[in-house]
Amino acid sequence: MLEVKNISKTFNPGTVNEKQALRDLSLTLADGDFVTVIGGNGAGKSTLLNAIAGTWQVDEGKIIIDGMDVTKLSEYKRAAFLGRVFQDPMNGTAATMGIEENLALALRRGHRRTLKQGIANSERKLYRDLLAKLNLGLENRLTSKVGLLSGGQRQALTLLMATLEKPKLLLLDEHTAALDPKTAAKVLETTETIVNQDHLTTLMITHNMKDAIQIGNRLIMMNEGQIIYDVSGEEKKRLKVEDLLHKFAEASGGAFANDRMMLAK
Amino acid sequence: MMSLWNALPGAVSQGLIWGIMAIGVYLTYRILDIADLTVDGSLCTGGAVCIMMMLGGCNVWLAMFAALLAGMATGLATGFLHTFMGIPAILAGILTQLGLYSINLKTMGKANQAINVDKFDLLVSLRFTKNVPFYKNTILIVALLIIVLIVFLYWFFGTELGCSLRATGCNDKMARAQGINTDLSRVLGLMISNGLVALSGALLTQYQGFADINMGRGAIVIGLAAVIIGEAVFGRIFHNFGFRLLGVALGSIIYYLVLQFVIWLGIDTDLLKLLSAVVVAIFLAIPTWKSRYFSKPVRKGGSTVRVSKDNPRSVGKKEERADA
Repeated sequence: MLEVKNISKTFNPGTVNEKQALRDLSLTLADGDFVTVIGGNGAGKSTLLNAIAGTWQVDEGKIIIDGMDVTKLSEYKRAAFLGRVFQDPMNGTAATMGIEENLALALRRGHRRTLKQGIANSERKLYRDLLAKLNLGLENRLTSKVGLLSGGQRQALTLLMATLEKPKLLLLDEHTAALDPKTAAKVLETTETIVNQDHLTTLMITHNMKDAIQIGNRLIMMNEGQIIYDVSGEEKKRLKVEDLLHKFAEASGGAFANDRMMLAK
Repeated sequence: MMSLWNALPGAVSQGLIWGIMAIGVYLTYRILDIADLTVDGSLCTGGAVCIMMMLGGCNVWLAMFAALLAGMATGLATGFLHTFMGIPAILAGILTQLGLYSINLKTMGKANQAINVDKFDLLVSLRFTKNVPFYKNTILIVALLIIVLIVFLYWFFGTELGCSLRATGCNDKMARAQGINTDLSRVLGLMISNGLVALSGALLTQYQGFADINMGRGAIVIGLAAVIIGEAVFGRIFHNFGFRLLGVALGSIIYYLVLQFVIWLGIDTDLLKLLSAVVVAIFLAIPTWKSRYFSKPVRKGGSTVRVSKDNPRSVGKKEERADA
């Protein structure tokens, strides 16, 4: 479903702030893979997701989604294949627009936007049903401004928007990191439900190693712009947080995981 | 007192004509989140195109339509500078505005062109504000035109394309993630906005009977003043997008009424622009001051933090933005 071939990206080349964020990284995801991504600060996790999403062009390498080379496609064109949820709940939705308007924008992802009405009446029932499944009481607030919702509600809504028009690949960039533990658990649960029911190929960055082990069928660990550990199936299920910490210390030559990873232990 | 009363129809007409421009400013400033300075030039472009076409014997409606298209072209220029060439929006607008000075001069052939209301069939004029049959009354005609424009804009910003424009202005990261071509949205928004501004310039030219190379100087400030007054006075009652646009047009009328009143008080008219600038500056500062000095401190995680959503620049501004 996704093939990332030897991509590299350097930010601010030729300056004192030069930072090689991705080094000759390759990754192949099979259809239906649910991959969790862990790694320290600056390991290149978000950079990898942004490279796939096309936030900027990579310096080298190729990105192929479902057999189509998207390396040169702009961000908004690639969006046709991708569902994205960001770390900051503010980023995924348009605050001054209504819940139904946000959903309607998402339903048209990958389609030409015409002079037809922005929301067809027939869509509202679909939205109400889907929102009801979230169990957040949003189904009766279709016209409420998204800016009035809580962070958790906004993330759940963004998740719904990302998957409303079934994406070939779902990119979740620490989408529960900004939420309180209870809300985070709930959003994560919703994530699993949606991914399983639609059989979505997913890349999820998380700083919570327990989640990384429990969720999905494959786990990759990143360090300094490379994948240093890639585990799946039974082996992944048997993993323990200690194993990951050990692995991390080993790979990064003793330098230990960042604070959040330690706390998540 | 009588002179003030007599000046009212004129103030209302001018307010309405500038109201169309203010609606254009509202679209870029509030919906696209761009302060577009093109308007200082495109207002005159509209006037210049309209007057030259009419002097050339063209029908008034056709001349106004041409002015609208010329205005859209100026928006296209700014949009091109901003998106394709990556120039910050405010600078892109200034560049277009400067370039337009030459273009407007060349269009008119000189700095000032007059048109005689007795010899040409104008749609609006100073003379048509009183003692004319009601269907020729400038206030009525411009008011009707504004209503037609608001209905059109209300429809447009409810379409798929219009919604993508609003999403772009509200959160362009989200817009791109949803497959919206944000560059196209911005260009389109700038075109619509400047089309309206030029249309306003075409009406203003007819109204005052001449087009002048400096007629657009400070137009952005008048536009912003109208937007701010409209929101301050009608913000709490008008929530619907169409009514908000109406509020902006009414804000423009209020601006001109106040201006007329100040003139009547006998203030030196040379100081009027300074007065406008100061008033608009203060109003623009209010959201920042509110969040800086009047926000309620709340306890969070043991330390005292001030309530402010998003970044300080957008406090109180983004949250109040348009809805349709």
